[in-house]
Amino acid sequence: MTITFQQIVFIAISAFTIISAWIVVTNRNLFHAAIALMASFAGVAGLYILLEAGFLAASQLLVYIGAISILIMFAIMMTRRLMQTAESPYNLQWKWGIVAAFLIFILLAVLIFQTWPADTYAAPPVQSPAALRGSVTDLGIALVSVDQYVLPFEVASVLLLAALVGAIVIAWPEDDR
Amino acid sequence: MIPLSWYLFVAAILFCLGLYGVISRRNAVAILMSVELMLNAVNINLIAFWRYLAPEESTGLAWAIFVLAVAAAEAAIGLALIISIYRQRDSVIAEELDTLKY
Amino acid sequence: MTFDIVEFLESIVNLAIFDYLSEIWADDLPSWLINGVSDLAGVLIICTFNLLIVLFLIWFERKIIARIQDRIGPNRVGGRYGLLQSVADAMKLMTKEDLTPAGADKIAFNLAPLIVVIAALMMWAVIPFAPGVIGTNLNVGVFYILAISSVSVVALILAGWGSNNKYALLGAFRSVAQLVSYEVPMIMALLIPIILAGSMSTQRIVIEQSVWYVFVVPLSALIFFISALAELGRTPFDLLEAESEIVAGYHIEYSGMKFAMFFLAEFIATLFMSALFATIYLGGWRGPGAVEYPILGLIYFSLKVFFVYFMFVWIRGTLPRVRIDQLLNLNWKFLVPLVLALILVVALVDKLMVNADDWTRAAALLLSNIVLGLVALDFVRRHARRQRLDADEVELVEESVEAQPVSSAAH
Repeated sequence: MTITFQQIVFIAISAFTIISAWIVVTNRNLFHAAIALMASFAGVAGLYILLEAGFLAASQLLVYIGAISILIMFAIMMTRRLMQTAESPYNLQWKWGIVAAFLIFILLAVLIFQTWPADTYAAPPVQSPAALRGSVTDLGIALVSVDQYVLPFEVASVLLLAALVGAIVIAWPEDDR
Repeated sequence: MIPLSWYLFVAAILFCLGLYGVISRRNAVAILMSVELMLNAVNINLIAFWRYLAPEESTGLAWAIFVLAVAAAEAAIGLALIISIYRQRDSVIAEELDTLKY
Repeated sequence: MTFDIVEFLESIVNLAIFDYLSEIWADDLPSWLINGVSDLAGVLIICTFNLLIVLFLIWFERKIIARIQDRIGPNRVGGRYGLLQSVADAMKLMTKEDLTPAGADKIAFNLAPLIVVIAALMMWAVIPFAPGVIGTNLNVGVFYILAISSVSVVALILAGWGSNNKYALLGAFRSVAQLVSYEVPMIMALLIPIILAGSMSTQRIVIEQSVWYVFVVPLSALIFFISALAELGRTPFDLLEAESEIVAGYHIEYSGMKFAMFFLAEFIATLFMSALFATIYLGGWRGPGAVEYPILGLIYFSLKVFFVYFMFVWIRGTLPRVRIDQLLNLNWKFLVPLVLALILVVALVDKLMVNADDWTRAAALLLSNIVLGLVALDFVRRHARRQRLDADEVELVEESVEAQPVSSAAH
């Protein structure tokens, strides 16, 4: 089996994503973990580009790196007195964590390779570039048409509004509420 | 070309790393970061299934967008809670937040 | 096809040199190699151009500021116009010692300048320089620009935290607060041309502008211009650095080449914002004869870009710095509500005039923009008057409180 250029790119991006994710869950220095988290988000955006979902890749950068990572870094800085402790970053049940994660991983891997074998789902169905380009327009229409996702869309916007108000109320200092 | 199972496999690894982080990290911020990793894994699955199984419908993309919105709301609320807890208890170690036990 | 010098020169004039070369080599070389090499060459040309033009931009800005302030400006190095001044400055920066503060977070400290420069360069990929001359014609072009520019915000936090200096950290907080707030009106102002063009692709937006959008939706252009000034941290919104009042901000600990990279990124970003403004509101490469002769399009585009850049410099030389509360009030209490109202109005008018021809539609949109602008101005005027009255009342009360004991003592 020969490896195509696209596959090399895929393997490189995936390795980057997974190694960064590994650093996120194991690094003792939380700030470095946050930087690795950003790298991992960027890697996932790369996977979206390989899947020809450019809109999602841009959203991933905008929302995850531009907003969520910054929020997390702010939170780390505000609680930073705990960062330099020499204690273990893990709690007592970390061994069981490894066991659980590993078992679930085995389960998922078996499921994946049995249900979607690599030889039958070897390549995505060929779509004309125009059709894929139009998918953003379709998405926009789907999000606001009554028979599709207008209700979840509105609920999501209410959720974001509630989160906005809630975050302000929760984080407001107690004494000058 | 890249088989569908490769994407799902990468997403599975990412999901399990996130799961391990959620179970074993002590710092609440680290737990939140691991949850974000798990949400990302789910999104990879949604987009991969969209591209391979139903590229002419926008279901997969729409769901991925909703996951994105929920993740943003979750991060905002979660971090506000963490900062509030830090103010009251001077700690963000998940094990030490055990007032409900007593 | 064989090589022909006349056709070669012609392809240069038509800005189609890669198409020509790939046609020549199509028989001898595999297509992936040709595509790869020509893509790489395009990236190199855009990046080198950007890195070199900064030297000129610095000189340009210093000369104009000097002219506005009734000085001469650089006039020693490189002839009486000081043309080589920035080259000398760049050499100085490159030979300076590269310091890393004690206790710095090395990863974050070294990553930050890299991310800033890379993000500033990556945004150029979707700018159409001339008809058919564009890095890549993404269908989500404008969205891509916003995504990349939000990534560069992260670099500021990395720089502030990595420096292990409380002033750098405070500066980073200040910068991030300003950049994140002004992203909101900027994104929403950009939504309006997207609604009008019906596409997020920058090339498509240029093609749709039979009337320049600055004349169709002047309010959107104004809001975008103001928030671009704030996003770039330029006067009157340069509280991030404010070199005459506070220490520099997030890059206080940087020296030598790393400092130069922040400096570089700032100038590239400013030029990029000028290019974006020219593309979205001033019709990009549009102009008489631009479609037949792409080189004319490139010239029109450059003229527009440098005109906008000149506006940025002009404003820097003219306006004083605002206070932080003025900055935030302007954003949240004026620009954001105004742009929200504008989106509603534009979408409504555009929908109502969907059958009219381009000129009628543009006139209707212009009219609605002017009306909305006047209403907004009236609001601001009333608000300011009320504030002045309140301030007068407070003063009067204070005066009477002070005057009371004096008058009773006199009795």
